[in-house]
Amino acid sequence: MSLTREDIAERLAEAGYIADRDLSTALWLMDYLGRPLLIEGEAGVGKTAVAKALAEVHKTELIRLQCYEGLDQNAALYEWNYQRQLLAIKAREGAGEDPESVEEHIFSERYLLERPLLSAIRRLTPPVLLIDEVDRADEEFEAFLLELLSDFQVSIPELGTIHAISIPRVVLTSNATRELSDALRRRCLYHYLDFPEVDREARILLTRLPNIDSNLAQQIARMVAAVRKEDLRKVPGIAETLDWAATLVGLGVHDLRQEPEAVHETMICLLKTHEDRANVTREVTERLLGKVA
Amino acid sequence: MSAVVGGRMRTKLAGFVATLRDNGFTVGMAESRDALSLLTSPAARRPATLRPAFRALFSADHSDFARFDEIFTAFWVGHHVHTRAKTSGIPKVSPGGEPAAPRGAGSNKAEATELRTGGDGTAAGEGHAQREGASNTEALESADIRHIVDPDEITKTHALAARLAARMRARLVRRERARRSGRRLDIRRTIHRSVSHGGTPVELLWRKRKEKPLRLVVLLDASGSMSLYTAFFVRFLHGVVDNFREAEAFVFHTRLAHVSPTLRDRNVTRAVEKLALMAQGIGGGTRIGESLATFNRWHAERVINSRTVVMIVSDGYDTGEPERLANEMRRLRHRCRRIVWLNPLIGWRDYEPSARGMRSALPYVDLFAPAHNLQSLAALEPYLARI
Repeated sequence: MSLTREDIAERLAEAGYIADRDLSTALWLMDYLGRPLLIEGEAGVGKTAVAKALAEVHKTELIRLQCYEGLDQNAALYEWNYQRQLLAIKAREGAGEDPESVEEHIFSERYLLERPLLSAIRRLTPPVLLIDEVDRADEEFEAFLLELLSDFQVSIPELGTIHAISIPRVVLTSNATRELSDALRRRCLYHYLDFPEVDREARILLTRLPNIDSNLAQQIARMVAAVRKEDLRKVPGIAETLDWAATLVGLGVHDLRQEPEAVHETMICLLKTHEDRANVTREVTERLLGKVA
Repeated sequence: MSAVVGGRMRTKLAGFVATLRDNGFTVGMAESRDALSLLTSPAARRPATLRPAFRALFSADHSDFARFDEIFTAFWVGHHVHTRAKTSGIPKVSPGGEPAAPRGAGSNKAEATELRTGGDGTAAGEGHAQREGASNTEALESADIRHIVDPDEITKTHALAARLAARMRARLVRRERARRSGRRLDIRRTIHRSVSHGGTPVELLWRKRKEKPLRLVVLLDASGSMSLYTAFFVRFLHGVVDNFREAEAFVFHTRLAHVSPTLRDRNVTRAVEKLALMAQGIGGGTRIGESLATFNRWHAERVINSRTVVMIVSDGYDTGEPERLANEMRRLRHRCRRIVWLNPLIGWRDYEPSARGMRSALPYVDLFAPAHNLQSLAALEPYLARI
């Protein structure tokens, strides 16, 4: 059943994700060793997209947990449906039922709300569990996550221990807003996702924008690579490249060299802060164009 | 996994794991076991596939990830590398040919070495003659650190610095607790609790505001012109970072190095020794602007939050462009709560911040303070507590 590395690379491409060989090796290794994969990299290099593509590779569901400061077990794991419990209490009280059976009833699975982590271990086919931006969650939550990732079981005081029906494939992403604990890092495989090199970015453009011609895609990829080398506050990611390419295609540009005006004016797709916008002047655009075209 | 890994391969793998550990990778039993099972997998057929597989397994962060290929190639393709051997080879000579110090004094000896060798360099480079003997008459706390040359006194100074750092830490932490008082009703938990009372909210639950503790990020200038002070501040850094979760330390001269992991080493001697090595400038000038740029680009996002004080310890002699420094200072100012610039030269009589770099950085500094003796450092504590 398990896929070889070549299968994974092939299916990633089918899913529209252009991966380099190292990434497909890491994804294969996840299955082989049964470890979660921690992906780091700058904003916009496609960390989240890896998980989406992985779900397509294994033809399974993607369950996503977005982390934020203050995320707790109630939002991540499970919660009792208080409103329904209260209703049930009132209704059964009226019917004159004895308290013990009421209690038994309201703490049954019917009143349990599954949150992403719990639902991920209760699927029949192993899903892909994406724990996005794990660095934004608190340290306490990280410790709890570590426990879950090693045992794959959850104990609910009122209900008992729930064992995993299937072990999900876990992908964690981090933007490095906080240093993750060594324990979590060691539990995971690690992959650092860099900005794609020119050829790969051009291929991404060709896959995502069917009506772009390959010359323009190459030019755009080279131009974006040059822009990334400039001293910017926010380095444009792949999503920005796609936006920009779509804009240029929409404007009917076929060759960047021919239309430096359009190039400069549409650079707002790439440059997202006032300072960067001011730094990349018309002259800078032309200099970059001269280098790449 | 039918194939069995041969004895020779096992030995080789153990050697590789040892090399990785030497290079600062944390490799546990679980990783070794998984690596062994990888050797029987299809990935082991070619180095081109084994390398990324091993890299994903053994790396824990970006710096591991970036260094891995080199180590892998050197071990499996070429000959062994022991990168650490390179660094630990530098400072063996202790001046004066003193006999090996007893274990307890080991750390201080290393620092003493560093302080002295550094001292020679500066005396030549900056032209400030090293005065001696002042520490005999003055109390240690108020003596300029430059003037302390007696190994015994150096030991004492460093112990004081560490204690001072610990006191600062305790003070800051206590203050954090005292401020946790904001209260709001936690409706969800109250309803939850009321279920056991049949829906009557008997117990009200409150939500406490969680205060972020103050975080201290220290950037220490370890260039030649600062070398008289470096060893002392290294010790101070260790005191701050050790045990104190919310602190990060960086050392820069011509480039910037993140040193918190080194400083968190439980073994004080080893930590300070390692850092003293890293702090040894290669000579050449200080590039404060560029070091700050590196910091802003690669580290700021991670280590700076809204309650961060950035403490720059430097004399402000910058060989880079002053505009660059001003630019980076402005960026840094936007991100953090306060910038404190400690300049050991302020303690000198008639000092004016005339160095070009210092002048261009000053507009962005919230507190410009001396740091030539322990008293001046102690004076910082109330300032930090107010933030």
